[in-house]
Amino acid sequence: MGELIDYQLCVNGREHDVVDSWLGESLLYVLRERLGLPGSKNACEQGECGSCSVLMDGKLVCSCMVLAASAVGADIVTVEGLSAGENDLSDVQAAFLAEGGVQCGFCTPGFVVSVHDLLEHNPDPTELEIREAVSGNLCRCTGYGRILAAVQAAQETRRR
Amino acid sequence: MLVSLPVSLEEAFDAFERCPDAQLLAGGTDFMVEVNFALRRPPAVVCLRKVEELKGWRLEGSELVLGAGLTYTELMAPRLSDLVPGLVQASRTVGSPQIRNAGTLGGNLGTASPAGDSLPVLAALDAKIVVASKQGRRSLELDDLIVGPKRTTLGPGEVIVEVRVPAALGSQEFLKVGTRNAMVIAVANVALVVDWEGHSVRCALGSVGPVVIRARDAEELISSRIDWAGRTLPGDRDLAEFTALVRSAARPIDDHRSTADYRRHAVGVCAERALERVFANHNGETLERTSWAS
Repeated sequence: MGELIDYQLCVNGREHDVVDSWLGESLLYVLRERLGLPGSKNACEQGECGSCSVLMDGKLVCSCMVLAASAVGADIVTVEGLSAGENDLSDVQAAFLAEGGVQCGFCTPGFVVSVHDLLEHNPDPTELEIREAVSGNLCRCTGYGRILAAVQAAQETRRR
Repeated sequence: MLVSLPVSLEEAFDAFERCPDAQLLAGGTDFMVEVNFALRRPPAVVCLRKVEELKGWRLEGSELVLGAGLTYTELMAPRLSDLVPGLVQASRTVGSPQIRNAGTLGGNLGTASPAGDSLPVLAALDAKIVVASKQGRRSLELDDLIVGPKRTTLGPGEVIVEVRVPAALGSQEFLKVGTRNAMVIAVANVALVVDWEGHSVRCALGSVGPVVIRARDAEELISSRIDWAGRTLPGDRDLAEFTALVRSAARPIDDHRSTADYRRHAVGVCAERALERVFANHNGETLERTSWAS
């Protein structure tokens, strides 16, 4: 395994200690296995599926493609950090529930983070812009129709 | 330090000196796939994401200087659409928003995949790639940097710093074939530049050989047959000859993504379509596009 390293990561506004970590650990692995934040899902580990999407310094990235030790000093927001508290839902999460955008639910956290990022930068996206914004998130249940409806519902709520 | 986060090139070079077997990490979108699948076990890593000299872009006279740390998202900036439209088009076809926010121009060069989407554009623009180490800087042509699939001539401790291309050179097109518009590694990709002043067409083919290929015979033929004064393309027979020469320049293989036959066919279609689009756009016509992304 080679030598182990210690460092700190700022996740959802809190500094976390990462201790005795192998240097090659991905941010996704550290979030799930070391920091107790399992909202980001682990599926493809090659940036294809978007289930592990997080915001790093305000940019949407796949946490499986981020070397955790290289994220020192970055401001990381996971799906857990998008709502006010553990029992609260963000407006996007509420829209996914209301519109039936969740089936098995595995891809949902990644979609929610991507949609937050989209609406943050483009509050009034067209359908094509929505499709492009979630093109890096795979869902094998819904066929995307309900997800699209959820994004449009969240968009509508924010417009009001 | 096993993982260092230098903020300047000088610091990056120092990190290499302390840890000569350290590996370079840019956006991580190729690097981390190999780490996650246990194909790469770096003894130490020098991360480039904070290195100031690799960020941003600038104009130097008629030359556009692109920092190697520019992400594909940053390359899609509206201002760059005027200065290097082919590269902007290519950047938009890379991966997904997540991948485009992480992956960098320098990383695309350093990875040296035969399918790298920026590479045909850089080849068609005769880009110069500036690399640097503690020992100094050197400027390379693309085919002096990338010499085989995933093989570069980068020396130990050498970092790709910037890419220099002519600013706003002629008209540019990039086309890519894959199974969908997003999240796809090119089955074939083509960059085409029409230099209206220099009366030349340049055409570079990706994913159809060990490295990017310039279709020089095709370029020469079509450049000699275009009516440059009237800015019109020659007839169908000349276009067919151009397409055939593009296809014969390709050296594709069969692999899990496609067959050699299909790839050879595809680069011909893409090159001809790119040429037609450039002339149609230039003359203010609107060609019907089959999809909104490509």
